[in-house]
Amino acid sequence: MDDMPAYSLRTRIAEGRDHRVVKDKLLSILVIVFSAITIFPIVLIIGKLISKGYKQINLDFFIKKAPDTYEAMTALNAGEIIPGGILNGITGTLLMVLMAALIAIPLGLLIGIFLYEHGSKKYAGLIRDISDILQGVPSIVLGLIAYFWVVKNITHGFSALAGSTALAIMMLPLIIRSTEETLKMIPDSIKEAGFALGVPYHKIILRVLIPTGFSGLLAGILLAISRIIGETAPLMLTALGSMEVNFNIQKPTSAVPLLIWEFYNDPNMVDLIWSSSLFLMALVLILNIVTKSIRSKK
Amino acid sequence: MSEIIKHIEDPVLDIQKLSIAYNKDKYAVTDVNAGIKRKRVTAIMGPSGCGKSTLLRAINRMHDLYSNIVIDGKVFLNGEDTSELSAIHLRRKIGMVFQRPNPFPTMSIYDNVLAGYKLNGIRLKKTQRDEIVEETLQDVTLWDEVKDSLLKKGTFLSGGQQQRLCIARALAFKPDVLLLDEPTSALDPVATKKVEELLIKLKKNYTILLVTHNMSQAARISDFSMFMYMGELVEYGKTKDMFINPLDKRTEEYLTGKFS
Repeated sequence: MDDMPAYSLRTRIAEGRDHRVVKDKLLSILVIVFSAITIFPIVLIIGKLISKGYKQINLDFFIKKAPDTYEAMTALNAGEIIPGGILNGITGTLLMVLMAALIAIPLGLLIGIFLYEHGSKKYAGLIRDISDILQGVPSIVLGLIAYFWVVKNITHGFSALAGSTALAIMMLPLIIRSTEETLKMIPDSIKEAGFALGVPYHKIILRVLIPTGFSGLLAGILLAISRIIGETAPLMLTALGSMEVNFNIQKPTSAVPLLIWEFYNDPNMVDLIWSSSLFLMALVLILNIVTKSIRSKK
Repeated sequence: MSEIIKHIEDPVLDIQKLSIAYNKDKYAVTDVNAGIKRKRVTAIMGPSGCGKSTLLRAINRMHDLYSNIVIDGKVFLNGEDTSELSAIHLRRKIGMVFQRPNPFPTMSIYDNVLAGYKLNGIRLKKTQRDEIVEETLQDVTLWDEVKDSLLKKGTFLSGGQQQRLCIARALAFKPDVLLLDEPTSALDPVATKKVEELLIKLKKNYTILLVTHNMSQAARISDFSMFMYMGELVEYGKTKDMFINPLDKRTEEYLTGKFS
Protein backbone atom coordinates (compact mmCIF):
# COMPACT_ATOMS: atom_id res chain seq x y z
CA MET A 1 0.00 0.00 0.00
CA ASP A 2 2.74 2.39 1.07
CA ASP A 3 4.63 2.34 -2.18
CA MET A 4 1.52 2.73 -4.29
CA PRO A 5 2.11 5.59 -6.73
CA ALA A 6 0.19 8.75 -5.96
CA TYR A 7 -1.49 8.98 -9.34
CA SER A 8 -3.29 5.73 -8.83
CA LEU A 9 -4.95 7.04 -5.65
CA ARG A 10 -5.89 10.19 -7.52
CA THR A 11 -7.46 8.18 -10.33
CA ARG A 12 -9.37 6.10 -7.83
CA ILE A 13 -10.73 9.23 -6.13
CA ALA A 14 -11.61 10.76 -9.51
CA GLU A 15 -13.49 7.64 -10.49
CA GLY A 16 -15.29 7.59 -7.16
CA ARG A 17 -13.94 4.21 -6.21
CA ASP A 18 -12.01 5.28 -3.14
CA HIS A 19 -13.83 4.18 0.03
CA ARG A 20 -13.58 7.68 1.54
CA VAL A 21 -15.45 9.13 -1.42
CA VAL A 22 -18.12 6.48 -1.07
CA LYS A 23 -18.46 7.12 2.68
CA ASP A 24 -18.70 10.83 2.08
CA LYS A 25 -21.50 10.37 -0.46
CA LEU A 26 -23.32 7.95 1.82
CA LEU A 27 -23.23 10.44 4.68
CA SER A 28 -24.55 13.27 2.48
CA ILE A 29 -27.47 11.08 1.41
CA LEU A 30 -28.20 10.18 5.05
CA VAL A 31 -28.22 13.84 6.04
CA ILE A 32 -30.67 14.67 3.25
CA VAL A 33 -32.95 11.76 4.16
CA PHE A 34 -33.10 12.68 7.85
CA SER A 35 -33.64 16.37 7.06
CA ALA A 36 -36.56 15.37 4.87
CA ILE A 37 -37.99 13.22 7.66
CA THR A 38 -37.81 16.23 10.01
CA ILE A 39 -39.39 18.63 7.56
CA PHE A 40 -42.14 16.24 6.50
CA PRO A 41 -44.47 16.63 9.52
CA ILE A 42 -44.18 20.44 9.41
CA VAL A 43 -45.15 20.49 5.76
CA LEU A 44 -48.07 18.15 6.52
CA ILE A 45 -49.28 20.31 9.42
CA ILE A 46 -49.12 23.56 7.50
CA GLY A 47 -50.72 21.96 4.44
CA LYS A 48 -53.60 20.59 6.49
CA LEU A 49 -54.17 23.90 8.29
CA ILE A 50 -54.22 25.86 5.04
CA SER A 51 -56.47 23.45 3.15
CA LYS A 52 -58.98 23.21 6.01
CA GLY A 53 -58.73 26.73 7.37
CA TYR A 54 -58.44 29.06 4.42
CA LYS A 55 -62.15 29.49 3.68
CA GLN A 56 -62.93 31.08 7.04
CA ILE A 57 -60.08 33.58 6.72
CA ASN A 58 -61.56 36.89 5.60
CA LEU A 59 -61.74 40.41 6.97
CA ASP A 60 -64.54 39.49 9.38
CA PHE A 61 -62.28 36.85 10.87
CA PHE A 62 -60.04 39.58 12.25
CA ILE A 63 -62.57 42.28 13.16
CA LYS A 64 -65.59 40.37 14.54
CA LYS A 65 -65.95 38.45 17.75
CA ALA A 66 -66.69 34.77 17.89
CA PRO A 67 -70.21 33.75 16.87
CA ASP A 68 -72.53 31.84 19.19
CA THR A 69 -73.51 28.33 18.36
CA TYR A 70 -76.94 29.32 17.01
CA GLU A 71 -75.45 31.73 14.43
CA ALA A 72 -72.99 29.10 13.37
CA MET A 73 -75.68 26.43 13.05
CA THR A 74 -77.90 28.70 10.94
CA ALA A 75 -75.03 29.47 8.61
CA LEU A 76 -74.09 25.80 8.31
CA ASN A 77 -77.65 24.80 7.48
CA ALA A 78 -77.84 27.51 4.81
CA GLY A 79 -74.56 26.20 3.36
CA GLU A 80 -72.75 29.46 4.12
CA ILE A 81 -69.48 30.05 5.92
CA ILE A 82 -69.72 30.66 9.65
CA PRO A 83 -70.15 34.39 10.40
CA GLY A 84 -67.97 36.32 12.83
CA GLY A 85 -64.31 35.90 13.69
CA ILE A 86 -61.94 35.64 16.60
CA LEU A 87 -61.43 39.28 17.54
CA ASN A 88 -62.12 38.59 21.23
CA GLY A 89 -59.38 35.95 21.11
CA ILE A 90 -56.87 38.17 19.31
CA THR A 91 -57.35 41.11 21.68
CA GLY A 92 -57.24 38.80 24.71
CA THR A 93 -54.02 37.16 23.53
CA LEU A 94 -52.46 40.56 22.83
CA LEU A 95 -53.52 41.91 26.22
CA MET A 96 -52.27 38.96 28.21
CA VAL A 97 -49.02 38.47 26.28
CA LEU A 98 -48.27 42.18 26.59
CA MET A 99 -48.85 42.14 30.35
CA ALA A 100 -46.85 38.94 30.78
CA ALA A 101 -44.01 40.55 28.81
CA LEU A 102 -44.16 43.68 30.96
CA ILE A 103 -43.74 41.54 34.06
CA ALA A 104 -41.24 38.99 32.76
CA ILE A 105 -38.89 41.09 30.58
CA PRO A 106 -37.52 43.52 33.19
CA LEU A 107 -37.31 40.81 35.82
CA GLY A 108 -35.74 38.30 33.44
CA LEU A 109 -33.19 40.78 32.13
CA LEU A 110 -32.17 41.81 35.65
CA ILE A 111 -31.77 38.24 36.85
CA GLY A 112 -29.92 37.31 33.65
CA ILE A 113 -27.50 40.20 34.09
CA PHE A 114 -27.01 39.24 37.72
CA LEU A 115 -26.20 35.63 36.78
CA TYR A 116 -23.77 36.83 34.11
CA GLU A 117 -21.95 39.03 36.59
CA HIS A 118 -21.92 36.72 39.57
CA GLY A 119 -22.07 33.49 37.62
CA SER A 120 -19.48 31.65 39.65
CA LYS A 121 -20.92 32.36 43.06
CA LYS A 122 -22.88 29.74 44.96
CA TYR A 123 -26.24 31.48 45.10
CA ALA A 124 -25.99 32.23 41.37
CA GLY A 125 -25.87 28.49 40.76
CA LEU A 126 -28.92 28.08 42.97
CA ILE A 127 -30.84 30.72 41.03
CA ARG A 128 -29.83 29.07 37.77
CA ASP A 129 -31.07 25.70 39.03
CA ILE A 130 -34.36 27.17 40.20
CA SER A 131 -34.82 28.83 36.85
CA ASP A 132 -34.16 25.52 35.08
CA ILE A 133 -36.65 23.73 37.31
CA LEU A 134 -39.21 26.44 36.64
CA GLN A 135 -38.79 25.82 32.94
CA GLY A 136 -39.68 22.19 33.51
CA VAL A 137 -42.84 22.80 35.56
CA PRO A 138 -45.92 21.71 33.57
CA SER A 139 -47.80 24.75 32.37
CA ILE A 140 -51.08 23.61 33.93
CA VAL A 141 -49.39 23.59 37.33
CA LEU A 142 -48.34 27.20 36.78
CA GLY A 143 -51.97 27.92 35.87
CA LEU A 144 -53.05 26.37 39.14
CA ILE A 145 -50.57 28.49 41.08
CA ALA A 146 -51.76 31.65 39.33
CA TYR A 147 -55.31 30.58 40.16
CA PHE A 148 -54.54 30.48 43.87
CA TRP A 149 -52.41 33.63 43.88
CA VAL A 150 -54.42 35.90 41.64
CA VAL A 151 -57.89 34.51 40.95
CA LYS A 152 -58.56 33.64 44.59
CA ASN A 153 -56.78 36.48 46.34
CA ILE A 154 -56.43 39.46 44.05
CA THR A 155 -59.08 39.65 41.36
CA HIS A 156 -61.57 37.35 43.14
CA GLY A 157 -62.60 35.83 39.88
CA PHE A 158 -61.11 34.63 36.59
CA SER A 159 -59.14 37.44 35.01
CA ALA A 160 -56.65 38.49 32.35
CA LEU A 161 -54.25 39.45 35.14
CA ALA A 162 -54.24 35.87 36.42
CA GLY A 163 -53.60 34.59 32.89
CA SER A 164 -50.71 37.01 32.42
CA THR A 165 -49.20 35.94 35.72
CA ALA A 166 -49.11 32.32 34.64
CA LEU A 167 -47.65 33.28 31.25
CA ALA A 168 -45.08 35.57 32.86
CA ILE A 169 -43.81 32.73 35.07
CA MET A 170 -43.42 30.64 31.93
CA MET A 171 -41.49 33.36 30.13
CA LEU A 172 -39.18 34.17 33.00
CA PRO A 173 -36.72 31.25 32.81
CA LEU A 174 -36.49 31.56 29.03
CA ILE A 175 -35.52 35.22 29.25
CA ILE A 176 -33.11 34.65 32.14
CA ARG A 177 -31.26 31.97 30.20
CA SER A 178 -31.11 33.85 26.92
CA THR A 179 -29.92 37.03 28.65
CA GLU A 180 -27.12 35.22 30.43
CA GLU A 181 -26.06 33.32 27.31
CA THR A 182 -26.16 36.43 25.13
CA LEU A 183 -24.00 38.45 27.52
CA LYS A 184 -21.54 35.57 27.84
CA MET A 185 -21.05 35.61 24.07
CA ILE A 186 -19.73 39.18 24.15
CA PRO A 187 -15.93 39.07 24.17
CA ASP A 188 -14.27 40.17 27.42
CA SER A 189 -12.08 42.52 25.39
CA ILE A 190 -15.08 44.80 24.81
CA LYS A 191 -15.69 44.94 28.55
CA GLU A 192 -12.02 45.60 29.25
CA ALA A 193 -12.02 48.43 26.72
CA GLY A 194 -14.72 50.06 28.81
CA PHE A 195 -12.88 49.53 32.09
CA ALA A 196 -9.65 50.91 30.65
CA LEU A 197 -11.50 54.15 29.89
CA GLY A 198 -12.45 54.49 33.54
CA VAL A 199 -16.10 53.62 32.99
CA PRO A 200 -17.91 52.42 36.13
CA TYR A 201 -19.26 48.88 36.10
CA HIS A 202 -22.96 49.67 35.95
CA LYS A 203 -22.41 51.94 32.97
CA ILE A 204 -20.45 49.25 31.17
CA ILE A 205 -23.42 46.93 31.57
CA LEU A 206 -25.99 49.52 30.54
CA ARG A 207 -24.13 51.32 27.78
CA VAL A 208 -21.71 48.75 26.42
CA LEU A 209 -22.89 45.20 27.08
CA ILE A 210 -26.63 45.64 26.58
CA PRO A 211 -26.32 47.59 23.30
CA THR A 212 -23.72 45.11 22.04
CA GLY A 213 -25.94 42.15 22.89
CA PHE A 214 -29.17 43.87 21.94
CA SER A 215 -30.09 41.64 19.01
CA GLY A 216 -29.52 38.54 21.10
CA LEU A 217 -31.58 39.88 23.99
CA LEU A 218 -34.43 40.84 21.65
CA ALA A 219 -34.31 37.44 19.98
CA GLY A 220 -34.57 35.74 23.38
CA ILE A 221 -37.61 37.83 24.30
CA LEU A 222 -39.36 37.13 20.99
CA LEU A 223 -38.66 33.44 21.33
CA ALA A 224 -40.15 33.45 24.83
CA ILE A 225 -43.25 35.21 23.48
CA SER A 226 -43.64 32.70 20.69
CA ARG A 227 -43.42 29.93 23.27
CA ILE A 228 -46.25 31.24 25.45
CA ILE A 229 -48.53 32.64 22.79
CA GLY A 230 -50.08 29.26 22.11
CA GLU A 231 -50.42 28.19 25.75
CA THR A 232 -53.90 26.95 26.58
CA ALA A 233 -53.88 24.93 29.77
CA PRO A 234 -52.79 27.66 32.21
CA LEU A 235 -55.30 30.09 30.68
CA MET A 236 -58.19 27.69 31.25
CA LEU A 237 -57.63 27.94 34.99
CA THR A 238 -57.01 31.68 35.05
CA ALA A 239 -58.44 33.76 32.19
CA LEU A 240 -61.24 31.27 31.55
CA GLY A 241 -62.41 32.84 28.28
CA SER A 242 -65.05 35.29 27.23
CA MET A 243 -67.46 35.85 24.37
CA GLU A 244 -66.81 39.58 24.47
CA VAL A 245 -63.83 41.73 23.54
CA ASN A 246 -62.43 42.61 26.93
CA PHE A 247 -59.67 45.00 27.99
CA ASN A 248 -60.41 44.96 31.71
CA ILE A 249 -57.55 43.04 33.32
CA GLN A 250 -59.79 42.08 36.24
CA LYS A 251 -62.36 40.34 34.02
CA PRO A 252 -62.38 36.95 32.33
CA THR A 253 -60.73 37.21 28.93
CA SER A 254 -60.51 35.08 25.85
CA ALA A 255 -57.40 34.11 23.90
CA VAL A 256 -56.85 32.49 20.53
CA PRO A 257 -55.89 29.07 21.94
CA LEU A 258 -58.86 29.22 24.36
CA LEU A 259 -61.16 29.87 21.42
CA ILE A 260 -59.73 26.88 19.57
CA TRP A 261 -60.64 24.74 22.58
CA GLU A 262 -64.15 26.21 22.72
CA PHE A 263 -64.69 25.71 18.99
CA TYR A 264 -63.54 22.13 19.41
CA ASN A 265 -66.28 21.53 21.95
CA ASP A 266 -68.98 22.85 19.64
CA PRO A 267 -69.91 20.66 16.65
CA ASN A 268 -71.15 23.69 14.73
CA MET A 269 -67.84 25.54 14.88
CA VAL A 270 -65.53 22.91 13.38
CA ASP A 271 -64.44 25.15 10.50
CA LEU A 272 -63.34 27.87 12.89
CA ILE A 273 -60.99 25.46 14.69
CA TRP A 274 -58.91 25.16 11.57
CA SER A 275 -58.77 28.83 10.66
CA SER A 276 -57.93 29.83 14.25
CA SER A 277 -55.20 27.22 14.35
CA LEU A 278 -53.87 28.47 11.03
CA PHE A 279 -53.78 31.99 12.44
CA LEU A 280 -51.97 30.92 15.60
CA MET A 281 -49.48 28.82 13.67
CA ALA A 282 -48.78 31.70 11.29
CA LEU A 283 -48.24 34.04 14.24
CA VAL A 284 -45.72 31.69 15.87
CA LEU A 285 -43.98 31.07 12.56
CA ILE A 286 -43.64 34.78 11.86
CA LEU A 287 -42.27 35.38 15.36
CA ASN A 288 -39.75 32.60 14.83
CA ILE A 289 -38.66 33.91 11.45
CA VAL A 290 -38.25 37.45 12.83
CA THR A 291 -36.23 36.04 15.72
CA LYS A 292 -33.98 34.11 13.35
CA SER A 293 -33.36 37.13 11.14
CA ILE A 294 -32.52 39.31 14.16
CA ARG A 295 -30.08 36.67 15.40
CA SER A 296 -28.33 36.31 12.07
CA LYS A 297 -28.07 40.06 11.54
CA LYS A 298 -25.52 40.67 14.25
CA MET B 1 29.05 51.13 28.33
CA SER B 2 25.60 50.20 29.47
CA GLU B 3 24.28 50.81 32.89
CA ILE B 4 21.37 49.55 34.88
CA ILE B 5 18.84 52.27 35.51
CA LYS B 6 18.50 52.65 39.24
CA HIS B 7 16.94 56.03 39.47
CA ILE B 8 14.98 58.26 37.13
CA GLU B 9 14.46 61.93 37.91
CA ASP B 10 10.79 62.93 38.13
CA PRO B 11 9.33 59.71 36.76
CA VAL B 12 5.73 59.62 35.50
CA LEU B 13 5.34 56.19 36.96
CA ASP B 14 7.29 54.79 39.81
CA ILE B 15 6.92 51.08 40.41
CA GLN B 16 8.11 50.01 43.84
CA LYS B 17 8.57 46.45 45.04
CA LEU B 18 5.66 45.26 42.95
CA SER B 19 4.75 41.59 43.17
CA ILE B 20 1.64 40.05 41.67
CA ALA B 21 0.25 36.57 42.28
CA TYR B 22 -2.65 34.90 40.53
CA ASN B 23 -2.99 32.51 43.40
CA LYS B 24 -1.27 32.59 46.70
CA ASP B 25 2.00 30.85 46.01
CA LYS B 26 2.40 31.41 42.31
CA TYR B 27 3.89 34.79 41.61
CA ALA B 28 3.65 36.09 38.05
CA VAL B 29 5.64 39.20 38.85
CA THR B 30 8.20 39.39 41.66
CA ASP B 31 9.65 42.47 43.26
CA VAL B 32 9.81 44.84 40.31
CA ASN B 33 11.29 48.30 40.88
CA ALA B 34 11.37 50.78 38.03
CA GLY B 35 10.75 54.40 37.19
CA ILE B 36 9.28 55.30 33.82
CA LYS B 37 10.67 58.33 32.07
CA ARG B 38 8.41 61.07 30.83
CA LYS B 39 7.71 61.41 27.10
CA ARG B 40 9.71 58.38 26.11
CA VAL B 41 8.82 54.96 24.79
CA THR B 42 9.69 52.25 27.27
CA ALA B 43 9.42 48.67 26.05
CA ILE B 44 8.83 45.65 28.25
CA MET B 45 10.22 42.55 26.56
CA GLY B 46 10.43 38.95 27.49
CA PRO B 47 9.32 35.48 26.51
CA SER B 48 5.66 34.41 26.79
CA GLY B 49 4.53 34.03 30.36
CA CYS B 50 7.29 36.18 31.82
CA GLY B 51 4.77 38.49 33.47
CA LYS B 52 5.11 41.51 31.19
CA SER B 53 1.38 41.88 30.51
CA THR B 54 0.61 41.21 34.15
CA LEU B 55 2.95 44.03 35.13
CA LEU B 56 1.38 46.39 32.60
CA ARG B 57 -2.15 45.65 33.75
CA ALA B 58 -1.20 46.40 37.34
CA ILE B 59 -0.43 49.98 36.39
CA ASN B 60 -4.01 50.96 35.60
CA ARG B 61 -5.33 48.44 38.11
CA MET B 62 -7.09 46.20 35.62
CA HIS B 63 -6.40 43.40 38.10
CA ASP B 64 -9.04 44.88 40.38
CA LEU B 65 -11.61 43.11 38.22
CA TYR B 66 -10.47 39.72 39.43
CA SER B 67 -10.74 39.13 43.13
CA ASN B 68 -8.26 36.25 43.35
CA ILE B 69 -5.23 38.32 42.32
CA VAL B 70 -2.91 39.39 45.09
CA ILE B 71 -0.78 42.51 44.66
CA ASP B 72 2.03 43.71 46.91
CA GLY B 73 4.03 46.87 46.44
CA LYS B 74 3.08 50.21 45.06
CA VAL B 75 2.81 52.15 41.85
CA PHE B 76 3.02 55.94 41.94
CA LEU B 77 1.62 58.14 39.20
CA ASN B 78 3.22 61.60 39.32
CA GLY B 79 4.04 60.93 42.95
CA GLU B 80 0.54 59.85 43.90
CA ASP B 81 -0.05 56.36 45.22
CA THR B 82 -2.31 54.74 42.60
CA SER B 83 -3.86 52.40 45.13
CA GLU B 84 -5.27 55.41 46.95
CA LEU B 85 -6.83 56.96 43.86
CA SER B 86 -10.16 55.60 42.74
CA ALA B 87 -9.65 53.08 39.96
CA ILE B 88 -12.06 55.00 37.76
CA HIS B 89 -10.09 58.26 38.00
CA LEU B 90 -6.80 56.43 37.64
CA ARG B 91 -7.92 54.76 34.42
CA ARG B 92 -8.94 58.09 32.97
CA LYS B 93 -5.35 59.29 33.47
CA ILE B 94 -3.81 56.15 32.02
CA GLY B 95 -4.92 55.05 28.57
CA MET B 96 -4.69 51.44 27.52
CA VAL B 97 -4.60 49.67 24.17
CA PHE B 98 -5.00 45.93 23.92
CA GLN B 99 -3.56 43.11 21.87
CA ARG B 100 -6.59 42.78 19.63
CA PRO B 101 -8.33 45.89 18.35
CA ASN B 102 -11.55 46.22 20.35
CA PRO B 103 -13.57 49.21 19.17
CA PHE B 104 -17.10 49.24 20.59
CA PRO B 105 -19.10 47.37 17.95
CA THR B 106 -22.29 49.38 18.42
CA MET B 107 -20.60 52.77 18.09
CA SER B 108 -19.59 54.81 15.07
CA ILE B 109 -15.99 55.85 14.49
CA TYR B 110 -16.89 59.28 15.84
CA ASP B 111 -18.49 57.87 18.98
CA ASN B 112 -15.65 55.44 19.53
CA VAL B 113 -13.17 58.31 19.76
CA LEU B 114 -15.46 60.02 22.26
CA ALA B 115 -16.37 56.81 24.08
CA GLY B 116 -14.46 57.82 27.20
CA TYR B 117 -16.51 61.00 27.48
CA LYS B 118 -19.81 59.45 26.44
CA LEU B 119 -19.66 56.43 28.70
CA ASN B 120 -18.56 58.52 31.63
CA GLY B 121 -21.45 60.91 31.12
CA ILE B 122 -19.23 63.92 30.42
CA ARG B 123 -21.21 66.35 28.30
CA LEU B 124 -19.45 68.37 25.63
CA LYS B 125 -20.64 70.94 23.13
CA LYS B 126 -20.90 69.84 19.53
CA THR B 127 -17.96 72.07 18.54
CA GLN B 128 -15.82 70.60 21.31
CA ARG B 129 -16.72 67.09 20.25
CA ASP B 130 -15.88 67.75 16.62
CA GLU B 131 -12.61 69.31 17.68
CA ILE B 132 -11.58 66.40 19.90
CA VAL B 133 -12.49 63.85 17.23
CA GLU B 134 -10.59 65.62 14.47
CA GLU B 135 -7.57 66.42 16.59
CA THR B 136 -7.29 62.92 18.02
CA LEU B 137 -7.79 61.19 14.69
CA GLN B 138 -5.14 63.51 13.22
CA ASP B 139 -2.84 62.47 16.05
CA VAL B 140 -3.20 58.81 15.18
CA THR B 141 -2.91 59.55 11.42
CA LEU B 142 -6.36 58.13 10.78
CA TRP B 143 -8.20 61.36 9.96
CA ASP B 144 -7.55 61.39 6.22
CA GLU B 145 -8.66 57.78 5.90
CA VAL B 146 -11.94 58.11 7.79
CA LYS B 147 -13.00 61.75 7.68
CA ASP B 148 -15.76 60.96 5.17
CA SER B 149 -17.09 57.96 7.04
CA LEU B 150 -17.06 59.12 10.65
CA LEU B 151 -20.58 57.84 11.23
CA LYS B 152 -19.83 54.33 10.03
CA LYS B 153 -19.29 51.63 12.63
CA GLY B 154 -15.74 51.31 13.87
CA THR B 155 -15.79 47.61 13.16
CA PHE B 156 -15.92 48.29 9.39
CA LEU B 157 -12.31 49.45 9.45
CA SER B 158 -9.35 47.19 8.73
CA GLY B 159 -7.51 45.67 11.69
CA GLY B 160 -4.72 48.25 11.57
CA GLN B 161 -7.18 51.13 11.31
CA GLN B 162 -9.20 49.68 14.18
CA GLN B 163 -6.10 49.54 16.32
CA ARG B 164 -5.30 53.18 15.55
CA LEU B 165 -8.90 54.01 16.39
CA CYS B 166 -8.42 52.28 19.75
CA ILE B 167 -5.29 54.35 20.32
CA ALA B 168 -7.33 57.46 19.47
CA ARG B 169 -9.99 56.38 21.96
CA ALA B 170 -7.32 56.07 24.65
CA LEU B 171 -5.75 59.42 23.74
CA ALA B 172 -9.00 61.41 23.63
CA PHE B 173 -8.77 61.91 27.39
CA LYS B 174 -5.21 63.23 27.09
CA PRO B 175 -3.86 60.63 29.49
CA ASP B 176 -0.53 60.97 31.33
CA VAL B 177 0.57 57.53 30.23
CA LEU B 178 -0.37 55.27 27.36
CA LEU B 179 -0.13 51.54 28.03
CA LEU B 180 0.06 49.22 25.03
CA ASP B 181 -0.22 45.47 25.44
CA GLU B 182 1.34 43.92 22.33
CA PRO B 183 -0.60 46.31 20.14
CA THR B 184 0.66 44.97 16.82
CA SER B 185 0.66 41.23 17.41
CA ALA B 186 -2.67 40.85 15.58
CA LEU B 187 -1.69 43.13 12.69
CA ASP B 188 0.02 42.59 9.35
CA PRO B 189 3.49 44.10 8.70
CA VAL B 190 2.19 47.21 6.89
CA ALA B 191 -0.32 48.01 9.64
CA THR B 192 2.38 47.28 12.23
CA LYS B 193 4.71 49.77 10.59
CA LYS B 194 2.03 52.45 10.68
CA VAL B 195 1.36 51.88 14.38
CA GLU B 196 5.08 51.98 15.12
CA GLU B 197 5.54 55.25 13.26
CA LEU B 198 2.57 56.59 15.15
CA LEU B 199 4.07 55.65 18.52
CA ILE B 200 7.34 57.40 17.67
CA LYS B 201 5.35 60.50 16.75
CA LEU B 202 3.23 60.31 19.89
CA LYS B 203 6.12 60.24 22.33
CA LYS B 204 6.54 63.98 21.78
CA ASN B 205 3.47 64.43 23.92
CA TYR B 206 2.89 61.17 25.74
CA THR B 207 4.69 58.70 27.90
CA ILE B 208 4.37 55.29 26.30
CA LEU B 209 4.81 51.93 27.97
CA LEU B 210 4.81 49.12 25.46
CA VAL B 211 4.69 45.40 26.07
CA THR B 212 6.08 43.42 23.18
CA HIS B 213 7.47 39.98 22.55
CA ASN B 214 8.96 41.31 19.34
CA MET B 215 12.56 42.31 20.04
CA SER B 216 13.08 44.12 16.78
CA GLN B 217 10.01 46.22 17.51
CA ALA B 218 11.48 47.21 20.85
CA ALA B 219 14.76 48.03 19.11
CA ARG B 220 13.00 50.11 16.47
CA ILE B 221 10.83 52.31 18.59
CA SER B 222 11.78 52.28 22.25
CA ASP B 223 14.15 54.55 24.12
CA PHE B 224 14.32 52.37 27.19
CA SER B 225 13.86 48.64 27.53
CA MET B 226 13.05 46.27 30.32
CA PHE B 227 13.77 42.60 30.00
CA MET B 228 11.63 40.35 32.13
CA TYR B 229 12.14 36.68 32.73
CA MET B 230 9.99 34.44 34.92
CA GLY B 231 8.38 37.35 36.68
CA GLU B 232 11.63 39.08 37.44
CA LEU B 233 12.82 42.36 35.98
CA VAL B 234 16.22 41.15 34.82
CA GLU B 235 17.54 44.25 33.15
CA TYR B 236 16.39 47.78 32.55
CA GLY B 237 18.36 50.28 30.52
CA LYS B 238 18.64 52.35 27.41
CA THR B 239 17.48 50.25 24.49
CA LYS B 240 20.61 50.92 22.47
CA ASP B 241 22.91 49.87 25.27
CA MET B 242 20.92 46.80 26.08
CA PHE B 243 20.86 45.51 22.54
CA ILE B 244 24.57 46.15 21.97
CA ASN B 245 25.89 45.13 25.31
CA PRO B 246 23.45 43.29 27.56
CA LEU B 247 24.66 42.95 31.15
CA ASP B 248 22.78 39.87 32.20
CA LYS B 249 23.46 36.51 30.62
CA ARG B 250 19.71 35.81 30.31
CA THR B 251 19.16 39.05 28.43
CA GLU B 252 21.94 38.19 26.08
CA GLU B 253 20.58 34.72 25.47
CA TYR B 254 17.13 36.11 24.78
CA LEU B 255 18.40 38.80 22.43
CA THR B 256 20.54 36.35 20.51
CA GLY B 257 17.62 34.01 20.13
CA LYS B 258 18.80 31.23 22.43
CA PHE B 259 15.26 31.07 23.84
CA SER B 260 12.09 32.92 23.12
